[in-house]
Amino acid sequence: MNAQEWAALAPILALSAAGIIVLLASAFIRTHAAAAWLALLGLGAAFVSLWMSPARTTPVTVTPLLIVDRFALYFMGLILVSAIATCALAYGYLKHFSDRREEIYVLIVLSTLGASVMVEARHFASLFLGLELLTVSLYGMVAYVREDEHALEAGMKYLVLAAASSAFLLFGIALIYAELGTMDFARCAAALAAPSRASSPLVLYAGAGLLLTGVGFKLGVVPFHMWTPDVYEGSPAPVTAFLATASKGAMAAALLRLMSGVRIAEYPALAGAFGFVAIASMFAGNFLALKQTNVKRLLAYSSITHLGYLLVAFVASGALAAEAVMYYLAAYMITSLAAFGIVSVCSTSSLQLNTIDEYRGLYWTRPWLAAMFTAALLSLAGIPLTAGFIGKYLVISAGAGAAQWTLLAILVVNSAIGIYYYLRIVVAMYAAPSEPALHLEPLSIEGGIVLSLLTLALVVLGVYPSPLIELIRAAASGFFS
Amino acid sequence: MILLLLIIIPLAGGILAWASGRRAPNASRAIALVAALADLGLALVLWSRYFDQIDLMRQGAWLEEFQARWVPEFGISFYLAIDGVSLLLILLTAVLGALSIAASWSEVNERVGFFHFNLLWILAGLNGVFLALDLFLFYFFWEVMLIPMYFLIGIWGHEDRIYASMKFFIFTQASGLLMLLAILGLYYVHHQETGVFTFNYMELLGTPLARGTGWLLMSGFFAAFAVKLPMFPFHTWLPDAHTEAPTAGSVILAGLMLKSGAYGMIRFVVPLFPEAAHEFAPAAMALGVAGIIYGAIVAFGQDDLKRLIAYTSVSHLGFVLLGIFAWNTLALQGAVMQMLCHGFSTGALFILVGMIQEHLHTRDMRKMGGMWDTVPRMGGVAMFFAMASLGLPGLGNFVAEILVLLGAYQANAWLTGIATTGFVAATIYSLWIMQKAFMGRAIREYHLPDLSVRYMTIFGVMILMLVWLGLYPKPVIETAQTSIEHLQKIAGGASAAAAAPGQTKGGER
Repeated sequence: MNAQEWAALAPILALSAAGIIVLLASAFIRTHAAAAWLALLGLGAAFVSLWMSPARTTPVTVTPLLIVDRFALYFMGLILVSAIATCALAYGYLKHFSDRREEIYVLIVLSTLGASVMVEARHFASLFLGLELLTVSLYGMVAYVREDEHALEAGMKYLVLAAASSAFLLFGIALIYAELGTMDFARCAAALAAPSRASSPLVLYAGAGLLLTGVGFKLGVVPFHMWTPDVYEGSPAPVTAFLATASKGAMAAALLRLMSGVRIAEYPALAGAFGFVAIASMFAGNFLALKQTNVKRLLAYSSITHLGYLLVAFVASGALAAEAVMYYLAAYMITSLAAFGIVSVCSTSSLQLNTIDEYRGLYWTRPWLAAMFTAALLSLAGIPLTAGFIGKYLVISAGAGAAQWTLLAILVVNSAIGIYYYLRIVVAMYAAPSEPALHLEPLSIEGGIVLSLLTLALVVLGVYPSPLIELIRAAASGFFS
Repeated sequence: MILLLLIIIPLAGGILAWASGRRAPNASRAIALVAALADLGLALVLWSRYFDQIDLMRQGAWLEEFQARWVPEFGISFYLAIDGVSLLLILLTAVLGALSIAASWSEVNERVGFFHFNLLWILAGLNGVFLALDLFLFYFFWEVMLIPMYFLIGIWGHEDRIYASMKFFIFTQASGLLMLLAILGLYYVHHQETGVFTFNYMELLGTPLARGTGWLLMSGFFAAFAVKLPMFPFHTWLPDAHTEAPTAGSVILAGLMLKSGAYGMIRFVVPLFPEAAHEFAPAAMALGVAGIIYGAIVAFGQDDLKRLIAYTSVSHLGFVLLGIFAWNTLALQGAVMQMLCHGFSTGALFILVGMIQEHLHTRDMRKMGGMWDTVPRMGGVAMFFAMASLGLPGLGNFVAEILVLLGAYQANAWLTGIATTGFVAATIYSLWIMQKAFMGRAIREYHLPDLSVRYMTIFGVMILMLVWLGLYPKPVIETAQTSIEHLQKIAGGASAAAAAPGQTKGGER
């Protein structure tokens, strides 16, 4: 390891150090604020170190396991944004929590570390390591509010299903290794492309199938989506935000890196599987969301649909598709953070705002909060002036470039369906307030800052996407080309 | 720059109106009115310049252009330009915008700031739609104006407002996405042909298209515009939305938003896809005629006064569709004229119904009758606009409909013959309104104040406009003429140019 490689690893090192420091510190100084600040400091340091990384100019390969390139830096930036927002939201959420409050920050930092390793992985071993670090930390986070039986149920569900999906993933990796003789992504792709390969497609297909099953669980796409609504609903709202953004984002980024060497069009079975999952996710997520009255469950189902949209770009493949995926994920993560952030600041560990009815008349009591939630919902619906619109446009554009008209037609139909349930929440917020009036705590400073910044970001990205697109274009070069 | 201001003034005015709404509702109203009038002033400045440059305009120049980089990576630019047709629609937007703010001065008393914010943002979106010459930008504005309209109906509307606003939003959004697909399709086809990624209208004009592709892309555009227009049978959102919207919302919906659909057909559908549009024209004209007859007949069957007027819009806009797809100068002039006149005549009727509803708390004509004795001024005004609506000679609507029919007769005599019966139907429903609501014996006592000075001013302006358009339409016709000739040249030239490669391709097969 030379100096440059160490420097490239700086964000990961910062996160590892932060995890240990927060853990040790909270063993001695049991102050909620101190733990939160330390975690924020560590995450902030990692975020700043992204700008000083040598990988901004040339990709740095660190050991056979990791590669730090602009692609990895981009996604680490997104993940860190999500982690920082989660920390700030968790601080407000757990303020009145009577049990131990400090450890959640350790878990947030560790899961962020896991997610960061995933986006840097160039080898199945590191991918799996990162994934497990992320997932195991999430078990604790999901069930953090232990007095709440919903949280416990969610934690158990997530534990069982995520562990099972990890097993699928591992077995898939083993089969691929048995067939191709390597776990390095690039060599796998090369071995696949080699014409001389003594082919035994059955084992390979089985391996790929199992691998994608594991990935599908993490992404929460149909038919591996069953856990999403329950876990989203049961988790503390900040954890839901993290789960919906950092966890899914890291998996999608890893999938993008994994698939970038594979020409999906040459494998009709693979393309067909992706197309099927995309279509099923779009329809199932939307139809299940239509009649939902619980906001968190509604957002959970809508996330299934969004991942379906994202897969449309995967099917399209090509350089434009990589850009579309990267932009869409940024838009989706910022929007979801804002949406769950609002749910989070409207709730505490003891009192949750659950049903749409409870949001009735929010605009007349808390206009800013309602306006920000409206912006987030419109962004999820993909209406202009928001990041979600540009994201959806790019996905449609990638699909149109690859002439995937069937998928696009389905996407359009689903966008129209989606509007209905997003608007149901909007309608409720602008309706006359219910009696008795909702009693909400005043918006905390950190919550206010986080939400305003996120809302600002989603409007700016929707109106002036050029700078981010330039960034993505540089980061995505070489992917899917 | 002046074009950018046309959009920025209502945007900024909307934010100011919102900010001041909570403490000083009247200030919010005043800000909104000033913003709309400022737009009107700018539009008048442009119009005065038009006649100085009329020679240039005849050669197909733009009256004014504005171009800025937006997302150069994808060939998206912030490209605005104005010609005669868009100028007339911008003028209409400013006038009706100001009138609808004035009309809701006392009607809207809740959440005044947010109301005017939405209203002004719709106006900004409409101005954007009428000015944008970058297809992505056009789509952007097209969608932007939906959200404030949705709020306008959903918050300040009548009983069934949630259902109506949702239906409006989903109909227009879904059809808009089809247009987005078509825009992207055109974008990629253009790239294949030329190697350039661009959304610029001027560059996309004349993109050679295979027959099937042309049809497919045209139908994407057509779907969005037909829903907005609304064309029979895609009109079902309209009666609900118009009926449930507050007065200002109905005026803007009927007077302006429907026109954006017609504008899209004139500006985009025919010039971009001349061949497909030419083949499609008889069907589109037939649908226009179906709308004329259907709207009139269904209007006659309504008891809800507002719903009746909403259906008359379907009928009137049928003339516009007929005129556009006849695609000759007379018919196009008629279509443009009809857009303007319908904006005033129907807008005025909606304001009248809004007043009646405000005081009687009903729109049901069975509960009215003999109101003329109580409110003679209102009766007189209603009579005027009913006459305008039925196409009385001397008023603008007559000129418009006659022009459409004259032009359409050259294109398709049979359909035109059928469309003429629309006049009879219009006479029946217009007189029906008068007879049921204003004539006859008063069935109860009305606590209805007659028109105040404010309303007399509003209606006075609208009456003046209709009389002016009816008696001396020359300035308007001249303004539209240059653009219409130019658009015809584009469509004709492009179709001739596209025909040649299309034929060789066919020969090779």
